[in-house]
Amino acid sequence: MKKTKVLVGLASCGIAAGANKVYNKLKALQEADKLDIELKITGCIGMCYREPLVEVIDETGSYLYGEIDEEKAVEIFDKHLKQSEIVKDYVVKSDLFESKDDSFWDGQVKIALRNCGVIDPENIGEYEEHDGYIAIKKILEGKISQEQVIKTVLDSGIRGRGGGGFPTGMKWRFAYNNKADTKYIICNADEGDPGAFMDRSLLEGDPHAVIEGLIIGSYAIDASEGVIYCRAEYPLAIKRLNIAIDQAREKGYLGKDILGVKGFNFDLYVKEGAGAFVCGEETALMASIEGERGMPRKRPPFPAEAGLWGKPSNINNVETFANIPYILLNGAESFSKYGTEKSKGTKVFALTGKINHGGSVEVPMGITIRDIIFKLGGGITDGKKFKAVQLGGPSGGCIPEYLADTIVDYDSVNATGAIMGSGGMVVMDETICMVDIARFFLDFTGKESCGKCTFCRVGTKRMLEILTRITEGEGKEGDIEKLEELAYQIKDNSLCGLGQTAPNPVLTTIKYFRNEYEAHIKDKKCPALNCKKLLTYTINPDTCTGCTVCAKNCPTDAIDGARKEIHFIRQDACIQCGMCFSKCKFDAIILS
Amino acid sequence: MRVKRILQEKEAVIQSSVDLTLIDPLIEKYKSKKGNLIPILQGTQDIYGYLPKETFIKISEQTGLKLSEMYGVATFYTQFRLNPVGKYIVKVCHGTACHVQNATAISEAVEDALGIKDGETTEDRLFTLESVACLGCCSLAPVMMIGDETYAKLTGNKAVKIVKEIKIKESN
Ligand SMILES: Cc1cc2nc3c(=O)[nH]c(=O)nc-3n(C[C@H](O)[C@H](O)[C@H](O)COP(=O)(O)O)c2cc1C
Ligand code: SF4
Ligand code: SF4
Ligand code: SF4
Ligand code: FES
Ligand code: FES
Repeated sequence: MKKTKVLVGLASCGIAAGANKVYNKLKALQEADKLDIELKITGCIGMCYREPLVEVIDETGSYLYGEIDEEKAVEIFDKHLKQSEIVKDYVVKSDLFESKDDSFWDGQVKIALRNCGVIDPENIGEYEEHDGYIAIKKILEGKISQEQVIKTVLDSGIRGRGGGGFPTGMKWRFAYNNKADTKYIICNADEGDPGAFMDRSLLEGDPHAVIEGLIIGSYAIDASEGVIYCRAEYPLAIKRLNIAIDQAREKGYLGKDILGVKGFNFDLYVKEGAGAFVCGEETALMASIEGERGMPRKRPPFPAEAGLWGKPSNINNVETFANIPYILLNGAESFSKYGTEKSKGTKVFALTGKINHGGSVEVPMGITIRDIIFKLGGGITDGKKFKAVQLGGPSGGCIPEYLADTIVDYDSVNATGAIMGSGGMVVMDETICMVDIARFFLDFTGKESCGKCTFCRVGTKRMLEILTRITEGEGKEGDIEKLEELAYQIKDNSLCGLGQTAPNPVLTTIKYFRNEYEAHIKDKKCPALNCKKLLTYTINPDTCTGCTVCAKNCPTDAIDGARKEIHFIRQDACIQCGMCFSKCKFDAIILS
Repeated sequence: MRVKRILQEKEAVIQSSVDLTLIDPLIEKYKSKKGNLIPILQGTQDIYGYLPKETFIKISEQTGLKLSEMYGVATFYTQFRLNPVGKYIVKVCHGTACHVQNATAISEAVEDALGIKDGETTEDRLFTLESVACLGCCSLAPVMMIGDETYAKLTGNKAVKIVKEIKIKESN
């Protein structure tokens, strides 16, 4: 009989939900009972909304338990692990019976995430058991040429997953063709899009896949050194990467004469970012590795000609690299059979915002946004109305509900004015104000502008001022036109992608939600009831208990009423600060 | 919203003569390595919690890095702080996912409870409040991080309770 396996999802978000406590509990129980089971950690399974997650795999099948706390862990231990009695109430996925969350998995194809939530990311042996490091062995043993490797990547059709969507094989070919004594290969793990975490999941869940991708890349382009540039906000990813690199070096996958092949030398280290969104841009990233301020520079020369330390360099995103071993092992066709004509393979998306099934999914390109949100994502929280989805973060845009049948591929998404980006999907319902979202992004990009180009540095500020004004009820006739004019000026006169795309969130919201802008400007109303300054605050006499809390907190003493009597807001004195709304414990303050 | 820079304190900070020998091993390790500036600053900040002025001078003297270069880098990246911070840094996420889940309410509640604004440090030097852009736990938004601990699916009340619990723990 095979030993029963128990896996606890210990990625950052699992830990935030309390998975460490669950793991420790199970460990203690196991030790106390000397129960012969294999208790292990694993990475992100994708069902972040059901964290903490515990999977039990016994001889009958697999059972994924969701929302497990210490108490439930004890129950699972006592019933399932000791008496083989499944605790069906907590099962969110099983290969033996249906459960209500099954739609989350329908249509998912796991290539990049193939091992996430399956293996222990801190154990190289498990990666090896799951076809790990076989691709690089096959290449070296089969003496597959560099050209052949590049051709396979090219044939797979994979395009860069960092947002740009440039064909990876072509990039590798450029780097290969530029001969030099030293070349570098870099993994972009800066994941700057706030609200996206695909790369974090991958790095925490399957660091060896990324490392093997880098090794294969180094072989293809003749790079002798690699750098993984990871944002400092991901301490667990950095820790697991370093563990993985040490293990890979010990096993001879990194270092001198890799796998005994004379002259194939490649080593790798992790470089921690220091908190600057612009450092995700490739030339800024390289400047940052060199220890300088992360400011983008003009291209050409492209990194493939003169990159890190002036040497030919190749840079790819985490997810791009994670796909590489799979493609080399299973052939170009295994990847290109998924997707659309110009966007091949699968893509990982991070579902967040007002969505029931927040988490990460990997789907074939070509699926519609509606299917992702309503089938896999389980629809909108609290039964509210779906309004828009934000794709591509600060460089992207909001796609409105009526375009939800857009398929995810680079060209279709671009046609809406948004971009595919790195895979962040922030779902918004009717309570989210689109002008506020535009303001939020301009605030972000304005602060993150490196300051080199006037239009990006000052233009984003001017746009932010206008947007802030509009959300505060000070919008003027002509503001929308002014925003548009500024947007095109910034796009045309910025050096790097940050400035060139910074106006996208504004342009797409104007395009699809112009009436919302107009309501703010002309009627001084926020239709989503989101912008504080544009709301009218009144007290509901039916629910007000006369607790006086609101009156005590009102900065302008606009609220009248004696203790235990219904309170009343004098509209002429109210400054719409929202204080009463957030303080009232009885939901008696009405917004309109 | 990116991390707001920790505000310059109004009065000159009492530079309680920092122990400069602590960074000797760091300087030794990175002295002649190319691209060493950021790791040296990161290491220094790990030791002191911020970058004391004296360390700039010492590092510059011993590594040949230019002071202006060091200052330029230290002010470019949000990670670096030029003033001491509280024992606990409360990082409230204001990434997109947290923004749409009302991260503002979390910040406001914590600001209220601690009596400080974003970027400030409490008088007892226990807490510093910061806004950060995404901690990577977006599907459990809104999120905040204190030390190594991440707290998810917050409400204003929950956040305040967490902060108060730390305060109580510290006063014992
Ligand atoms: C402002 C800005 C931020 C970026 N941030 C990231 C990032 O966080 N991660 C990433 O992989 N690519 C990012 N990119 C794209 C990179 O410049 C680069 O195109 C990418 O890493 C190439 O890898 P790929 O071809 O595998 O996508 C960013 C670009 C810009 C302009
Ligand atoms: S566009 Fe903006 S971020 Fe990019 S180089 Fe110019 S100023 Fe810097
Ligand atoms: S806080 Fe709410 S319940 Fe109390 S007096 Fe004000 S409106 Fe009434
Ligand atoms: S919104 Fe502010 S000013 Fe107006 S009644 Fe409420 S607390 Fe007073
Ligand atoms: S991080 Fe745990 S399932 Fe996503
Ligand atoms: S947006 Fe807050 S954790 Fe990502």
